Amino acid sequence: MSTTRHHERTAGQPVLKVTGLKKAYGAIQAVGGVSFQVQPGEIFGVIGPNGSGKTTLFNSMLGQITPDEGKIELNGEDVTQLGPLELNRRGVGRTFQTLQVFGKMSVRDNLIVAAQEHQGSMFSRMFAPGDSGLGKRADALIDQFRIRHVADKKAGELSYGQQKLVDIAMAFMSQPDLVLLDEPCAGVNPSLVGGISTLLKQLNQNPQIGKHSSFVVIEHNMDFVMDLCHRIMVMVEGRVMAIGTPAEIRSNKQVLEAYLGS
Amino acid sequence: MKKFQILAWGIAAAILMIAPPFLKNYGIYLLSYWMVFIIATMGLNLTVGYAGQKSLGHAAFFGMGAYVVALMMKAGLSFWLGLPAAALICFVVGIILGFPALRVQTIYLAFATLGFNTAVWLVMRNEEWLTGGTYGINGIARPNFFGMSLEGNLAYYYLVLAATVIMGLLLLGLLRSPWGKAFTALRDNPIRAESLGINTRSYTLLSFAIGAAYAGIAGGLFASLVQFIEPAPFAVGSSIMMYLMVVVGGPGYFLGPVLGAAVGVILPEWLRFAQAWYLFVFGSAVVLLMIWLPDGLLSIPDRIRAKRLAREASAARAASAMGAKV
Repeated sequence: MSTTRHHERTAGQPVLKVTGLKKAYGAIQAVGGVSFQVQPGEIFGVIGPNGSGKTTLFNSMLGQITPDEGKIELNGEDVTQLGPLELNRRGVGRTFQTLQVFGKMSVRDNLIVAAQEHQGSMFSRMFAPGDSGLGKRADALIDQFRIRHVADKKAGELSYGQQKLVDIAMAFMSQPDLVLLDEPCAGVNPSLVGGISTLLKQLNQNPQIGKHSSFVVIEHNMDFVMDLCHRIMVMVEGRVMAIGTPAEIRSNKQVLEAYLGS
Repeated sequence: MKKFQILAWGIAAAILMIAPPFLKNYGIYLLSYWMVFIIATMGLNLTVGYAGQKSLGHAAFFGMGAYVVALMMKAGLSFWLGLPAAALICFVVGIILGFPALRVQTIYLAFATLGFNTAVWLVMRNEEWLTGGTYGINGIARPNFFGMSLEGNLAYYYLVLAATVIMGLLLLGLLRSPWGKAFTALRDNPIRAESLGINTRSYTLLSFAIGAAYAGIAGGLFASLVQFIEPAPFAVGSSIMMYLMVVVGGPGYFLGPVLGAAVGVILPEWLRFAQAWYLFVFGSAVVLLMIWLPDGLLSIPDRIRAKRLAREASAARAASAMGAKV
């Protein structure tokens, strides 16, 4: 099974293009016709109150649910019907709202397993070295995330904050074109929030692992979102209320009334 | 590898190589029997312990391996042809059995595999024209190895020992390859694994197929060891016993099957002094083990380590609280 990415982006093409996405659960329209684009290297935030459809939108983009209507394009390829596996093979990384590390593996092995399936064919991997030739890349991320001192420990033995860092680092191991981050600050000590923001900016602006990724971030921590994101989309009741820069969103009266407050 | 581990492996190898000639025939036979079950449960450990698939159909593959080798040898074919054929047939059937695992998990998968075992056992019992039914197949020969007869118990023991070492090394290589990590990822968190590009469908099927191939080889060796096979040792009860061996040894620990098979094969022999009470003693020992060591015997060092880490963390918290007060 080949693991090479199928589509190369042409100049000026968005990494992610969502058009008229709709998803209903019975009578409830969770997402009602959402459209937006994410440009190469852009950090795109999605905010909105609980029940605004953020998670449904995220799950649709990640292939976990199939939308009722609309189209999702990745680097120009229609990926609306693809599942998580195929999306990952096409260069989509993700984190989950809750911790999803492999607790019985070492931190280093967690990073290696996060990218090994992008190396060679399934058959060749049976005879490949244990680190799949990814040791250097894993070490670079371990240093960047400052988790060298726990690199050989089992991930399940680390503190919540350390596991969160491992979890985020895993999403970047395969050098994805697009990373979807689902509440990266959820449950994290406030002192670590700034650290995560700095790391994500580093990975976006000056990636040591040699790839310029675009991010889509769902997060409730407004300071974090406003500081990190280039553009922000506000969702309310399954629809897009506004898209703009952090400054534009902060000064948008509709958004202030509906979500941010005074 | 640590010096202690190298020393332990060296001592174990020396004992297994040197001791058998000093044992009685039954002792040698029992050691061979133990190793056959080590091979079978190494495969089940891959399926259950590493890949996390609940299989209660392993004895069916063990039986299929035994019948394939026995029937091929009865047809005049070489044992050395029968053994790979047993592995290959079990591998293919293992892939087929893996398909239910793509749809159901946990106890439902256990019942699906249990149903498979029952069906295979019924074929072994009812299709007399092929398997001899309850009369079985007797007079199964032991092979020659480059002209050297392995007919004697001691010679055959060394063949089984060599096969156990080879199968163990192959499994170790597999577990240390990216496949090993993929199996563990599949067991620990299949949703996360899939989001990282791990083809959970393929690895699920492979875990069944490779585990089944191990059982097939063990079954082939078993046929020539006991020289008479009939359906009884391949019934659902044997699958449950093999599962117990994996759980008792420690699922997901490489050496778990070595200890687990010892508990399943050798411990009952040691408990013979208890005569009619032996099953009661054995059953009670298993119950107590499951209460205190649900992750198996080999989890003891991990449990000690976890307790030490918890103690250290608690001491650090206390010290930090004291510092804050001062």
